Amino acid sequence: MTNPNQHFFDLLATQPGESLPWLQALRIRGNTSFAETGLPTIKREEWKFTRMEPLENTAYVLATDEHTTQNVDLIPSAFDTNRLAARLVFVNGGYRDDLSHNSNLPNGVFCGSLRSAVAAGASWVQGALEQSDNGLENPMISLNTAALRDGFAIFVPRGAVVDGVVEVVSLNGGTNASLAVFPRNVIVLEQNAQAFVSVHENGLGDAQCFANSVSNIQLAQNANLSLAVLGEQGSNATSFYANLVQQSRDSRFNSFNLSLGGGISRTEQHISLEGEGAECRLDGTYLMRGEQHCDHTTRVDHRVPHTTSNEMFKGVLDDRARAVFQGKIVVHPDAQQTDGQMLNKTMLLGDGAEIDSKPELEIYADDVKCAHGATSGQIDETALFYLRTRGIPEHLARGLLVQSFVGEVVDRIADTELRDYVLSRIMDWLLGNASNAGEQA
Amino acid sequence: MAMLEIENLHVTVDGAEILKGINLSLSGGEVHAIMGPNGSGKSTLSYAIAGRDGYDVTEGKILFRGQDIVDLSPEERAAEGVFLAFQYPVEIPGVANTTFLKEALNAIRRHRGEDELDAMQFVRLLREKVKELGISDEMLKRAVNAGFSGGEKKRNEILQMSVLEPALAVLDETDSGLDIDALKIVADGVNRLRGPDRAMLVITHYQRLLDYIVPDHVHVLAHGRIQQTGGKELALELEKNGYAAFTGNTEAA
Repeated sequence: MTNPNQHFFDLLATQPGESLPWLQALRIRGNTSFAETGLPTIKREEWKFTRMEPLENTAYVLATDEHTTQNVDLIPSAFDTNRLAARLVFVNGGYRDDLSHNSNLPNGVFCGSLRSAVAAGASWVQGALEQSDNGLENPMISLNTAALRDGFAIFVPRGAVVDGVVEVVSLNGGTNASLAVFPRNVIVLEQNAQAFVSVHENGLGDAQCFANSVSNIQLAQNANLSLAVLGEQGSNATSFYANLVQQSRDSRFNSFNLSLGGGISRTEQHISLEGEGAECRLDGTYLMRGEQHCDHTTRVDHRVPHTTSNEMFKGVLDDRARAVFQGKIVVHPDAQQTDGQMLNKTMLLGDGAEIDSKPELEIYADDVKCAHGATSGQIDETALFYLRTRGIPEHLARGLLVQSFVGEVVDRIADTELRDYVLSRIMDWLLGNASNAGEQA
Repeated sequence: MAMLEIENLHVTVDGAEILKGINLSLSGGEVHAIMGPNGSGKSTLSYAIAGRDGYDVTEGKILFRGQDIVDLSPEERAAEGVFLAFQYPVEIPGVANTTFLKEALNAIRRHRGEDELDAMQFVRLLREKVKELGISDEMLKRAVNAGFSGGEKKRNEILQMSVLEPALAVLDETDSGLDIDALKIVADGVNRLRGPDRAMLVITHYQRLLDYIVPDHVHVLAHGRIQQTGGKELALELEKNGYAAFTGNTEAA
């Protein structure tokens, strides 16, 4: 019988050889696991609403160094260059030293490519890559592990604080071939360390491409990480992006996801709260039109007492766009005094737009404060009329109401520059000229 | 020429005829009060004048400065100089009051072929208006009506009116839900905006408001028609006798 996913194995077979036994073992593990499952199908509960099988219809070429070295005219940025502690640029999954810099960093901080961190024999890289997956069976993550080549790696040692922003820009496409890239990233913050990382996923043109990115994130005691993922991929991109986060005592993880681009995108967050006082906030907004599809899947495991999670995802869907929200909060038996809040709200502008929202609580402790909510609806006609009676033309009035709707979650972004950037991209989207938006109706 | 001339206005909402032939004429400088029981069509009249979707004019005209505005969109009517102060002003979280007012004023100025005000010019104008009305700067920074008290919302409506300077202001139950102190503040704001070039249509259920905004004419609306017209003393009569005389005897009409 022919394996319908054969061409992915063909992709993997072209991987460069690797001399490190632990890394090779990891890859083989990923490969074996992916061989058992193949691409996820709708038969798997957590893949009911987002289909990856269409990937089978394209013969993807594994991106190699030659796809990395192309000319890049413009590198998008959400920040003033003066604020950048480091900028790491990746083109089709490979690190571009010539476009990157990391000169404004405190002693002992590493910001660079995974490959160079591995080559330097950094033990934190191995530790993070071998991080337990807590039994997570995820074919896409296995595939990423099997194809592991490069990505970004950030290490902040005990007590160090990175001022400013570490900006990672990932540019995919720009070739005639349909490329597949499998970035694997690592962020490790030691005790009391602090950093703000912004990952910009962008496209080089509209070529078909498949990006499967996985980040292993480890936050030690009282570490503090803010992470933004800005999804502005090309309109023919299929992307999968997963954050696997382990949090120790009193650590804080704040994340914000902007989903604007891509044809099909899925962002997963798996947060394991493993120390008392650990706190995470997962926020995001999605604006989709045409035939775009985006999926936000989150799972927060409260494993010990006194941990907090708070998530809010709000989005706007026009035309026949579709979005999925699957949020799961699991409170383990000993995790008393858990505070878990989850909210998903969607505004449907197009008659053919659709949201599948599935918030779930799984609670095995008896003294917890957990709540979830999901709503979807159209624009408020009374509010629209109100604005129009003040002379504001209908299209602007709709724009203000959309802005007002997503404003609730955008206002939660602590960094004013990032917040302004997100707002400006939302305004661009409303004006219909988001540079990488999907097919316009 | 009258500022507002309503001729034989019939309005249907969801297939039901609510206004059944309204005639009304307001000249510049005049304040007219429309009083009537609940369900008489007061709000329908205000929505029909402002152009809300779903309020279909099936017969008659709404002439504003001689031009029939029935086919104009709400924003076009606003640009022409029509303003509706809402009974329940809408909360718009995430949009600052100042931003909203600037968008509104500049949209109207664009429509009229006037130059838009830049941020500095607008702030100067707004400061002046705010001072006149005794509104706090803090209220400007907050999102439009979000978390405002009933009194603050109504004051915000008056502020919008004062910035947009309409020729015709329709105040839809501006007194509802206000205590006497808030009512006085709002009425004071409205009175400041009275002038020879502006007509006002004050819609209310209660006579109390008319102690503070003294009308030139009072009309009683019931069953979709103006039942009686008189001077300000008519309001006092209604306060004493209620609307019973108008609610029982016109069903057959």
